[in-house]
Amino acid sequence: MSIILKVSDLVKRFGSLIAVNEVSFEIREGSCFGLLGPNGAGKTTTIEMMEGIKQPDGGTLHYRGEPLGEAFRNEAGIMFQTTALQEFITVREVMRQFSRFYPHSASIDDLADRYALHEFLDRDTRKLSGGQKQRLLLAMALINQPKILFLDEPTTGLDPQSRHNLWSQVQQVRAQGATILLTTHYMEEAYELCDEIAIMDHGRIIAQDAPDTLLAAHFNDVVVQIHAADIPRDIGEREFQAIYRHDSAHIVTSDVNKTIERLLALNIPLHRLRIRARNLEDLFLELTGKELRA
Amino acid sequence: MKWNRIYALFVARNLEFVRDRSSLAWNVLLPVLMIIGFAYAFTDDNPEKFKVGLVAGSELEMPAGQFRSTRYIKFIELDRVEPNLRKVERHQLDLLFDVGSRRYWINSTSANGYIVEKLLIAAYADSAVNLQKSLVEGDEIRYIDWVIPGVIGMNIMWGALFGIGYVIVRYRKFGVLKRISATPVTAMEFLSAQILSRLWLLVAVNVVIFVAMDLFVDFRMHGSYFNLLLVFVLGCINLICCGLVVAARISSEEVANGLLNLFSWPMMFLSGVWFSLEGAHPWMQKLAQFLPLTHVTAAARQVMIDGAGLLDIADHLLVLGVSSVILLFIGAWIFRWE
Repeated sequence: MSIILKVSDLVKRFGSLIAVNEVSFEIREGSCFGLLGPNGAGKTTTIEMMEGIKQPDGGTLHYRGEPLGEAFRNEAGIMFQTTALQEFITVREVMRQFSRFYPHSASIDDLADRYALHEFLDRDTRKLSGGQKQRLLLAMALINQPKILFLDEPTTGLDPQSRHNLWSQVQQVRAQGATILLTTHYMEEAYELCDEIAIMDHGRIIAQDAPDTLLAAHFNDVVVQIHAADIPRDIGEREFQAIYRHDSAHIVTSDVNKTIERLLALNIPLHRLRIRARNLEDLFLELTGKELRA
Repeated sequence: MKWNRIYALFVARNLEFVRDRSSLAWNVLLPVLMIIGFAYAFTDDNPEKFKVGLVAGSELEMPAGQFRSTRYIKFIELDRVEPNLRKVERHQLDLLFDVGSRRYWINSTSANGYIVEKLLIAAYADSAVNLQKSLVEGDEIRYIDWVIPGVIGMNIMWGALFGIGYVIVRYRKFGVLKRISATPVTAMEFLSAQILSRLWLLVAVNVVIFVAMDLFVDFRMHGSYFNLLLVFVLGCINLICCGLVVAARISSEEVANGLLNLFSWPMMFLSGVWFSLEGAHPWMQKLAQFLPLTHVTAAARQVMIDGAGLLDIADHLLVLGVSSVILLFIGAWIFRWE
């Protein structure tokens, strides 16, 4: 696959703060690339420079081998983390307005069908629910039939059902050949949608690869999860170096049988025990020392 | 510049304006209410029933001094005769008296002029001085005739400054501009659409106000409607460009509000909308020349009251045109989407 977008040594400063510090990566055409990081890691600043919204203080951006220009503007679809629309305008009118901005545009009716907006086409955009508004913003990002789609935390604030609906819509877009760049707080989302992820912290990329490859490279163990009330904290920390998070004790082990035998020997009830593979949340914690949604 | 993009933005902004009924109603009702209010407020409840212009170089001799002390006459000290004869023609002065030459002017159709003349002659009755009488002619200019061009100009000022400045700042604050900046739309296309949208809305709204007020108060309109339209269109463009400069970068509605008020309130009082600046301190008169509303009001008044042609108001049109171009370039140059 060819490289559609190349980011080289990107730098952005706000006064004395270096928000993005020599970030480089490439995005393959047709792939879904995830940019993950805690709040303040620099991922929104990075994506906004890639979108051409913010000017970098250093580094270069190339779309299909050329600096960002009119071709990029015409072929990029963008969905911001938060977007306000003009007031007193209906869904149909805002879609028609944006379709006129581009030399080629998708049919409004097709988009309305695909994103379940048909019954709201004549509704004032201020009267849409959160999920309906996210679907409209996604439809607006797709109005120019983009070759590359930027999604900045597209499911933040949505209920689980709306989030899963949006994932399937993103997967449909990808199936039609568009390249996707996604930032998210949700590890499950990144794992579900992305072929490749880059983890950012303090303005730098600290890990980058396919999610399974990254997990395999960093972990050869599993997590035994026990309800925190079932294992006294002093025993858990002394015997198993357990980490207590929320209402669970997390025991990381490469020998599950031995761990369970020891738990039984200590008369720890196991009826709420769960064994899970290491996930991106663990990887994130391991690499940054922070929980993603902290 | 792609016209289809400008058109898309133009349509959206128009829909937003027209559907915001409270704002639309306010834009139309405010000037109408003000004009009606002023029409009644200035209807003859002034205790000084007569106005006399006095051109007196030094201290007044006795008969003139006696005349000067007459109650219920407002005496206005003037430097020269010539520029003030027009006020007698328009009934803005009931009598103009040049004390040095003992000559006075009254309007042959003015009832007030007739009465004040009797008082003047009575004051000089015991002296051997012969007063010279001169007659001028002309229709009365009511205050409402005089104030309407200014009120329409003022309405254009509010609509242009706040309709552009405040809206762009609100768009920036809530991310509407950011979303548009992520499309191929350029800053110049966006600004052009905003100018065109606001321009035609202001012209349309003020034409409605003009026609409605003409039905209500039948005000004076001696000049060409085309010339008047040209004055107001240039005034709209100029004041819209002022709004663009104010809103080019800021994203706080409070700051925008403060700046727009800082800009508009001096214009309200120094541009001759409500009262003439004649007799005001010279620096105030000079300052007024830097305010676009001064030129809009003066040119509109010349067209409506005096029937002035384009050549007569060319200086005002030139000031408005040139400063509009300069302000537009400054606004586009310093404009930021975020």
